[in-house]
Amino acid sequence: MTFTMGGVHPEENKFSEHAAIVTLPLPKQAIIPLGQNLGAPPKPLVKKGDEVKTGQLIAKGEAFISANLHSPVAGKVARLDESVDSSGYRRMAIHIDVTGDEWDENIDTSPDVVREITLGKQEIIQRIKDCGIVGLGGATFPTHVKLMIPDGKKAEFLIINGVECEPYLTSDHRLMLEKGEEMLIGIKILMKALEVDTAIIGIENNKPDAIKHLNELCIRYQGIRVQPLKVKYPQGGEKQLIKATVNREVPSGKLPLEVGCVVSNVGTAFAVYEAVQKNKPLVERVVTVTGKSVRKPSNFLVRIGTPVAELIQAAEGLPENTGKVINGGPMMGKALTTIDVPVTKGSSGILVMNKEESNRQRQNPCVRCSKCTEVCPMGLEPYLLAKLAKLALYEKAEKEMVMDCIECGSCQFTCPSQLPLLDFLRLGKQRVGHLIRTRK
Amino acid sequence: MNEVLIYSLLSLALIGTVLAVILFFVAQKFKVIEDPRIDLVDEVLPKANCGGCGYPGCRNFAEVSVSSADQKQSLEGLNCPVGGNDVMKQLASILGLEVAEQEPMIAVVRCNGSKANSPAKIQYDGPASCAFAHNLYAGEGGCQFGCLGLGDCVAACDFDAIHMNPETGLPVVNDKCVACGACVKACPRGIIELRNRNKKDRRIYVCCVNKEKGGPAKKNCSVACIGCSKCFQVCPYEAITMADNLAYIEYEKCKLCRKCVEVCPTNAIHELNFPPRKPKAETVADPAGDAPVIAEPKPRPARKPATESNDTQA
Repeated sequence: MTFTMGGVHPEENKFSEHAAIVTLPLPKQAIIPLGQNLGAPPKPLVKKGDEVKTGQLIAKGEAFISANLHSPVAGKVARLDESVDSSGYRRMAIHIDVTGDEWDENIDTSPDVVREITLGKQEIIQRIKDCGIVGLGGATFPTHVKLMIPDGKKAEFLIINGVECEPYLTSDHRLMLEKGEEMLIGIKILMKALEVDTAIIGIENNKPDAIKHLNELCIRYQGIRVQPLKVKYPQGGEKQLIKATVNREVPSGKLPLEVGCVVSNVGTAFAVYEAVQKNKPLVERVVTVTGKSVRKPSNFLVRIGTPVAELIQAAEGLPENTGKVINGGPMMGKALTTIDVPVTKGSSGILVMNKEESNRQRQNPCVRCSKCTEVCPMGLEPYLLAKLAKLALYEKAEKEMVMDCIECGSCQFTCPSQLPLLDFLRLGKQRVGHLIRTRK
Repeated sequence: MNEVLIYSLLSLALIGTVLAVILFFVAQKFKVIEDPRIDLVDEVLPKANCGGCGYPGCRNFAEVSVSSADQKQSLEGLNCPVGGNDVMKQLASILGLEVAEQEPMIAVVRCNGSKANSPAKIQYDGPASCAFAHNLYAGEGGCQFGCLGLGDCVAACDFDAIHMNPETGLPVVNDKCVACGACVKACPRGIIELRNRNKKDRRIYVCCVNKEKGGPAKKNCSVACIGCSKCFQVCPYEAITMADNLAYIEYEKCKLCRKCVEVCPTNAIHELNFPPRKPKAETVADPAGDAPVIAEPKPRPARKPATESNDTQA
């Protein structure tokens, strides 16, 4: 099973799929940017010189779409200052000098699996909100907002995204293998919060071990089933996954709830388990460090705020012919301007590309082959939208549904003329979004 | 055979006549009476259709001018930057009005983060569009306020007045600039500003828009404004304002005394088209022609006469 419209199949290159998750030591200084979630950044609660414990709330999300932020380490707040983020822009961040790893006393740090779900629906949502859980697939949408179903709407399915369709990345794959049980409890918690009876875990066929493992575990968890899917990019996109698993199409500009679905990532399900059963806020995540020339492609369990440079060091260093370091996967990720930036809630992988791979090839004029239109999973015409964005015809681009673009990059991947289609689509989306906002 | 020819000619002639009559009455009925002055005004406009006046084209500007003359008896707020004062005077005389002289303006690029001053730490490989690159990252040199050097301003210019300097990687405005403001709108970082030309094209401006604190600003660019306020303190005309660690010279108040240029520790304040500075003792002596001043050891108060003589010229 898979989605029907468009899609590509890039080389998988999952080098680190057999590398077990390794817990990295704490960094010397943790840099915690405030804007780690989609929506409004939280307001800092600490000031310079404050002592913080691991898991202590350091910034509170006050807006409707916002998420709490917790200290990933124990130490002293060195300063609240602007710090360079992955794009080179300076954003507010909390710098903490690490002194140790003393956890907040309310957090259960034992490795025991807590199976019984004692909390009620509202308590679960409140706990998820308190613990600052966001979607760990990359979009970092606050999970508690997703769970608050507006009146008149009803969720029928909870779809769990274990697709990991981005080439190279394996963090979700390893998590499914190593924390399968906890993840299923997390899914049960989400089902209780959403009041749904069915949860479907979508996993691509290139992860047979994960499919087998979760299938075995699912016997004990009623209502959860694993749906193997044909390998195709971008199956991990919310709308594509809904089409692939329950064969429903989300209308343009609408949320998945419109067709009775809520989609969540496997990493998020695990984070929900830890938050609800162990009261553990989101302070660490699994990050893949990989690349063709990386000596030891690995999966690390790291604290938020650890510099990317330390992760690369743990994977036996930056190769000499490095051309680019990408935050995320090769299709949707963004190149880092410096490797001193910290791991955030949204970092799923660090991809090191060598010089030959990283340079763009020579661009040629569009030959109207319509390959981009064929592979677009949203049924758009990327060549046209890119041209409209280039010519600043944003109203026209809006009519051509540029806002439906999910920025998967299939068009640019497939373009035989190596045109920067995705780049201009992103520009078009940003400008049209601005246009729509100013119109209100 | 002849019949066919005659009938076809006759029927065609008949159809033509009937349609002509219909068209004649329709044209009478739907006649648009346009003020003849619009055509006259349109005639004197430069026909650049650049939008520098704020209206979609020269014709629209002509319509707006005429209606403004009818309704308000003035041309206030209307100016054709391309045509300048000459065109505006002609326009006013057609409409029987007076216009105030506008000072000619020019686009000024307020960034000096050239390849030498702000060396590239990373290499950008994407499409040559400042608008896109601005969304993507801070810039090769690391300054998040500075010029990206991809030439959106050059593409926007209809007058061949702005070009990239391949050595510095920064745009340079030449004399063809008519201050239409297209590059100002095109720049996603708001680096380009319209400033007045002054006499002999002399200009003094802060060539930096970096709002960071001194340390981080200087780290990325050796000629950044670090917000030290030295120019603010030295300016005798209160033309300099400080906001967000950045100095700004208000051109309306600036008397071109050049004191701020001297005190700037990072050379972020630029002077253009000024004669080269003479050694200090001579500057004092020559323009003022005042003998006792030569002996004055302090250059600053002694420079005052020179400055004032400049002012009177301007």
